[in-house]
Amino acid sequence: MAIDIYKINPEFRDIMPQEIIDLEEKATWAQNQEKPRGIKELPDTKEILEEHSLCAGCPEAAALRYVLAALPKPEETIIVNSTGCTSLMFPHIALHTVHSLFGNQNAVASGIKRVLDWRFPDTDKDVVVLAGDGATVDIGLDYTLQSFFRQENITTICFDNEVYANTGGQESGSTPRGQVFKMAPTGKKFEKVKMWELAVTSGCHYSMNMTASAPKAVAKAVREAILIAREVGPTFLNIYTPCILEIGLSANEGLGEMKDQDKDRFANFKHVSPEAEEFLKKCKAEGRL
Amino acid sequence: MSTIKDMTDTHNWSGQKLVTADHLLFDAPREKHFMTGSEVLKEAVKRCTVDASVSYPITPQSEAAHLIGELWAEGYVGTYFRGENEFGVMSEVAGCAMAGARTITTTSGPGTLRAMENFAQWSGTRIACQLILMARGINSPLTIQPDNLEVSYLLETGCMVWYAENVQELFDMSIAAFVVAEQPDVHVPIITAVDGFFVSHTRESVMLPADDIALKPYNPYAAPLPPIDSETPPGRFLRDPFVMKSNYISYATHASWQWEVRSAVERSRRYAEHYLKGLVHITGDEDAEVAFVTCGTASHQAKEGQRELAKLGVKSKVIKLRTIRPFPKQELIAALEGVKYAFVPEFNIVGWLEKEVRGALYGVSKTEVVGGPRVAGGMSLPAEAIIQEVMEKINPGKGA
Repeated sequence: MAIDIYKINPEFRDIMPQEIIDLEEKATWAQNQEKPRGIKELPDTKEILEEHSLCAGCPEAAALRYVLAALPKPEETIIVNSTGCTSLMFPHIALHTVHSLFGNQNAVASGIKRVLDWRFPDTDKDVVVLAGDGATVDIGLDYTLQSFFRQENITTICFDNEVYANTGGQESGSTPRGQVFKMAPTGKKFEKVKMWELAVTSGCHYSMNMTASAPKAVAKAVREAILIAREVGPTFLNIYTPCILEIGLSANEGLGEMKDQDKDRFANFKHVSPEAEEFLKKCKAEGRL
Repeated sequence: MSTIKDMTDTHNWSGQKLVTADHLLFDAPREKHFMTGSEVLKEAVKRCTVDASVSYPITPQSEAAHLIGELWAEGYVGTYFRGENEFGVMSEVAGCAMAGARTITTTSGPGTLRAMENFAQWSGTRIACQLILMARGINSPLTIQPDNLEVSYLLETGCMVWYAENVQELFDMSIAAFVVAEQPDVHVPIITAVDGFFVSHTRESVMLPADDIALKPYNPYAAPLPPIDSETPPGRFLRDPFVMKSNYISYATHASWQWEVRSAVERSRRYAEHYLKGLVHITGDEDAEVAFVTCGTASHQAKEGQRELAKLGVKSKVIKLRTIRPFPKQELIAALEGVKYAFVPEFNIVGWLEKEVRGALYGVSKTEVVGGPRVAGGMSLPAEAIIQEVMEKINPGKGA
């Protein structure tokens, strides 16, 4: 039934804005596609993210587009968010999204997922958490890890910009050692929290550390993480989306920064549990990836 | 464990016959039982076709949260798990309710404050979940004794707040709470409070309907905000983009949203009047010059004081407030007609109920409000203390 909610009542079609009509006709809903969704269709299809109000050249905006383009089944996907720059984009996403508080995103997502499994036992409803490093690694760390411990069937994506960007550039747990930010006027005194490693020891079946420099790689990780979360257990993606404002870069320099970090703090880390590995093989054989 | 697919038009997933709230609360034959507040809450939840519950075990808690877990294992509750702490649990409850579940949890004292940020979020997202608050006071120093100080922190969260006096009221009120909170023109969270230990841990006789009947299931599609389940056009809890902007429209939107939450609480009155049989209950002499304005177990103590005062020739009455949010202002003013002194006995140090009563009566009632007697930290409130307070006021210098 979920796909039907995007169908326009014929009586109102003539007064509908073009982007709403496009959403029905040109968005890549999983149900209308034979192949898995991906970023290749981005230029020719309607994205499920309409305009947004982030800064020009913001890598986070690009990363969100890749994530949304790669959702295996957007019409049955709920995204839970936390306070931050992403919450400025959330009202522009044509899916059910939730903003609750700062840091409680994995707890809210746990409740939603448990109830959706209860209310719709025959339908796969995907719950994806999308939050920044402050919400995931600092204030919400307890809830992030506890959802992993409990083996909640949710995917957690951290847009790691290594700083509290939305509040004006304060040090976060994800800030690298030595970096000068607000609240770290002489440089950060301890190491960047390796959340992707904590995710592994806390029970995630799939954990990655990467940048958003390569759209295809992001899309692949998102697809795999969500499918594994659906069937096996919790999954985690840590994606570098630098705040170009806070580190003094221009609008056209975000991609270069991510490429540089592909070889440094965000050098590819990938963990796949044996169960997840087995499951991915099955998905490949069935053409789901 | 059950599956929702076992539900039919006439029976819920655990095989209980679905009945109206009026039948369950007023018409169904009842039998006498002897149980604690925690046990009776289990019996109430058992008859409410509850989809979800999330629990946390901190002391001073009660057995209520783990007894609901037993109901899940027995197939009466749809989904259930233990959360990591009260902040997490209340966030998980929010998730459950947003996803379209009839949801309940319990907490008390310090845990209530740990979870505090969530309660305003609950009302702001217009979920109709229920929190059973078994009030046990706030640290420090460490206490696990009955005291209802934490209720004062909950009064401005935008949630409804009801107060049950005893085990029987807890049973009936926690059922009525779901019914009233889920009305489409109300649809805000409800906090059903009792005095912890005195009610949660004390065994009393209680009349219960049979357990083969239950409330009809919650219909999330009648809610003022669509459930987060991808079955309706996208409903966004962070509403429209301009809410996040700093301009007049965003301020006005936020203000009107908060105003609407408070209005929804006010709209619950007519339902509460029906299902609670009145927002206030009055006992004692109609033409009394002395009244006690109470809630919770202080009502019980005041009633004892009222009986003893009658022996001393002092006519008094007890006006028990059953709802604190909405506050039964008009009912209280009417009940205090002709009353000279209104005493407000309480189980907390700050006298939050006294402040509520003073605020409601200011400029509209000639009754003099006397804040007290008050006890705190787990002290009991004997009728003697109440009598003494009254006699010293009406008979200064001569005492009882």
